[in-house]
This record gives sequence, C-alpha cells and structure tokens, in this order.
Amino acid sequence: MSLLRLDHVSAFYGPSQALFDVSLRLDQGEVVALMGRNGMGKTTTIKVICRMLKHRGGAVMLDGKDMARWPSYRAARAGLGLVPEGRRCFPNLSVRENLIAPARPGDWTLRRVFDFFPRLEERAGQMAVSLSGGEQQMLAIGRALMTNPRILILDEATEGLAPVIRNEIWAAIGQLKRDTGLAILVVDKSLRELARVADRGVILERGRSVWGGGFERLDAEKRDRYLGV
Amino acid sequence: MQRETLINTVLTLGLLAVPLAAWAMDEPYTITLATKVVIFALAGVGLNLALGLGGLVSLGHAMFFGIGGYAAGILASHAQSYEPIMEWPFLIEGTQSMPVIWVMAIVVSALVALATGALSLRTSGVYFIMITLAFGQMFYYFTISWPAYGGEDGLSIYVRDRFPGLNTLDPLHFFGLCFALLMLGLFIVARISRSGFGLALNAARQNEARVRAVGIEPYRLRLIAFVISGAITGLAGALYADLNRFVSPVMFSWQTSGEIMIFVILGGVARLFGPVAGAALFIILEEVLGGVSDYWHIYLGALLLIVVLFARGGLIGVLAGRNGGGGHD
Repeated sequence: MSLLRLDHVSAFYGPSQALFDVSLRLDQGEVVALMGRNGMGKTTTIKVICRMLKHRGGAVMLDGKDMARWPSYRAARAGLGLVPEGRRCFPNLSVRENLIAPARPGDWTLRRVFDFFPRLEERAGQMAVSLSGGEQQMLAIGRALMTNPRILILDEATEGLAPVIRNEIWAAIGQLKRDTGLAILVVDKSLRELARVADRGVILERGRSVWGGGFERLDAEKRDRYLGV
Repeated sequence: MQRETLINTVLTLGLLAVPLAAWAMDEPYTITLATKVVIFALAGVGLNLALGLGGLVSLGHAMFFGIGGYAAGILASHAQSYEPIMEWPFLIEGTQSMPVIWVMAIVVSALVALATGALSLRTSGVYFIMITLAFGQMFYYFTISWPAYGGEDGLSIYVRDRFPGLNTLDPLHFFGLCFALLMLGLFIVARISRSGFGLALNAARQNEARVRAVGIEPYRLRLIAFVISGAITGLAGALYADLNRFVSPVMFSWQTSGEIMIFVILGGVARLFGPVAGAALFIILEEVLGGVSDYWHIYLGALLLIVVLFARGGLIGVLAGRNGGGGHD
C-alpha cells in the first residue's frame, strides 16, 4: 500500500476545472518529482493533497485512508509537511518563533533544524521578513520539518534563488533523502537536479497525469513535448 | 535593555509612584484615579490578548467587564442582606470575600466567553464585530430588565468587599491589590505571547491558510484566547465594581466596549503595556480636558484619529519604535 495515492483526481476552482485526471503514488523513503510546464496543475495537485482545495472526483488516500473530508490542518497533522511556493513564512515572527509555532513532537527539534541549516541559527532572533530569499526558503523547509512530517512536499523550492543558494537547497533535499526515511514530493523546473535527486517522475499536462516512471525512460521526445526542454 | 522594556519599566514605576505621592500628600482622589487606570488597564490587557495577538476585533468585551461587575455586585448584595442566592438544589450564599468573588467573576466570564466565542468565532471580519456587539447588547438589555438586581438603576455595594490581611477601604491598600492583579495579568499575557500557543495564535492572525497547512486549527486557538481574554476582562469588572461600590447596566454597554478598545489602540495594539499607557492617557485626558469642557470626547476623537492615521503602534509604538511589538497592522 502506497503512503500517498491519488487516483483519477479532478478538481475545480469555482466553475473552472483545473485537474481532470491526475494519478500518482508516493511510497515511504521515495522522492517523486511532479513536473510539467506552467499552468499544467502542479500546484493545484499539491493543494488537493494538502486539502487546501477539495477534489471533486477520484480519490486521495494517505496510508489507505480517504482524505476527502479532511480539513488542511488534519492532513498536516497526519504527516504532510508543505513547503509552499513563494516561501510564505510568518513575516512578523522571528526565525525561532516561525519554527516553534508549528512544532510537533518527533525527531525534528529546533536543535536538529538549526544543525541542518546553521544559517537559521545565526538568524534565530531576526524577523522572517528581513531574511534573504534563500534564508526564507531554508526557514520554510525548517518549518515544515518542525511538524515532523512523513511526507515533505516542496513546491518550487528553488524558484527565484541565486545559483549558489539553489545548490544549497538541492544539497539539503539530497541529504534529507539519504539520512531520513522521509517521502518527498518535489515540484521544480530544473530537470537536471530533479533527475539527480528523484527516484521517479510524474508529468502533468493540462490537468492530466500523462507520464510516470524513472528518469532513464524520459526520452527527448517526451521532454520536448511535455516539458519544453 | 530594549527601549520598549525601559518604557514599560518607567510606566510601571510611574504607576506606583503616583498613588504613593498622593498618599504622602493626603490626596485620596488621585489614588482612586490611579486605581481606575490600573483596572481599565487590566480590562485592556484582556482585550489586547484577543485583539492584538489574535486579531479578534471584539466589540463585546464590555459583556465580560459587566459579568465580572455583576458577579461582585450580586454576591456582595446577598452577603449584605443575608439572603442566599439560591437554596435549591444546593445552597449558594453571597460573600464579601474578594478572592471568592474574583474566582466567580473569572469562571463566569470564561464560561460566557466560551459560549459566545464558540458561535462568534465561526465568523470573521465585520460579522465577528457585529456578533460580539450583539452579545454585549443582549446582556445590557437583560440587566436593564432584571429588577431583582436593580434593573436600570444598578446595584450598590454598601461596604467594599474584603481581602484577608488588608483594609480594602484604604484607597492605597485597594490600589495595591489592583496593581498586583494587573502585574499578574501582564505576566500571564507575556508568557502566553511567547509560548508556542501564542506564536501560533499570532501566526494565525498573519496567515490563516498557512497555519492550517502546518497542522494548526485556528478556531481552537482563537477560542482559547477569547476565553482567557474574557476572564481577564471579567476580573477587571469585579475590581471596578468594588472601586465604585456600584454596578449598573452601563458596564455592559457598547460604549464601554469602545472605551476598552480605545485604551488598547491609544496605548498600542499588541504591545504588552499598550493598555496600561492607553488607560493612563485616557484618564489623564478625562481629568484635564473634562475640566475644560463637557465635550472633551471631541478632543479624544481627534487624538484617536491621529493615532490610527499616523501612529499605528500607539503611544508605546511612538516611544519605542514600530519594530518593538508583535505588530498588529
């Protein structure tokens, strides 16, 4: 049984349909890349998984449990740790406070997050709003880890960051894969980095999952057709 | 020492020094004024927890202030008349013991806050304001039409309630009691705002959806904050009843809710000592401008406009700088 499973999911924003038929699965300790061009439904799929958007058709299951009626806080308590697009830290809280506010008991403590991202410890008393983009991204990942998730979901975690910082974030994701049993669902535009970190990929095209598998099977024709690279 | 901490210390010492100086100069009226500041500040500290930290614009906090006041008034009036409050199914008698009255005021205010908060917190924005206002007005009209406890005329407490080891009729002793409770209230709110609960409450005010996404249910957080907030304001109401030795439906009125909110806004929303500074400024303005004109509220209105337009951090914000507080914009 998969840890997370989406079967033929459809979802709407008001009257407009955004997802038509999305299926994916994520197992314990696995890293899956969710790919597709802009506007193809990656963030909407994440919103459905995190229950920020209710799906209308199909099924979303966590550990075999139907999440259809779950509010988003219940999904997070059940083990979904989201690093949202655009970071979205709590601007009027300090770094330390951003990490303490959502903390839940488990292996990930403030000490461990500070060891993982030493730069956050250096900025512990600083307001989140005053951090650089890279530091805010580290804080967003740290905040998600403080909820002690079973699945970490990273939505465009390296978007808009300087190459050096981007490399640090990818290194952190790689370390999480190596050192923890976390399942990771990652959305990003960098195919090269995704291929290095992820075990499998799923491609979305106009709200449908059109391809899934190992990166060795992702040939040039599909890359060009679905990802434009 | 941080600038805001320094200002808070000066405020605390000033609040202590005024009644002591008045006592030395045999000016009991000034001690009563200082006591009024302390009690209003405590009511504001309660509201500030909901408003400043939780972003809950409650226009019904007079409800808790009035409940605290009537808890004191009803218990004291029954103790004075030697008539029990109820005999069946169990006997409840009146009392003039302040600690018992305070516990009663806190418990009843908290229970009413739980019931009203459970309903009103299902709404937000202008609807939350209107529902809390409506609850407050319900209590106001109920007490007006409650002849057993004086109706519109209110209820007198002929002798101030007692506290073991103190002469509460001595203005300085009563001030000391109220001051100690204000410090306790401030300590509790300071601890809450630094706790995981307080940080989550603050985060929920900043971004509710994001807080849900990290596994926190804002409704429950806000309800707990609303209950604690109501209990603190209820305690202030009980003290106010003893200060005036009189309670009336005015304690429940929306004007009283507005005044409590004015203390918080004038002093600085989300600033720990904001309500203290606001209540002190309000009483000073009332005394100074009230002597000049009966229509002193016009000047208060102008000052409030200036604060809202140009000094969002209130008096504490102006003195300590904008970044000092938890920041409710």
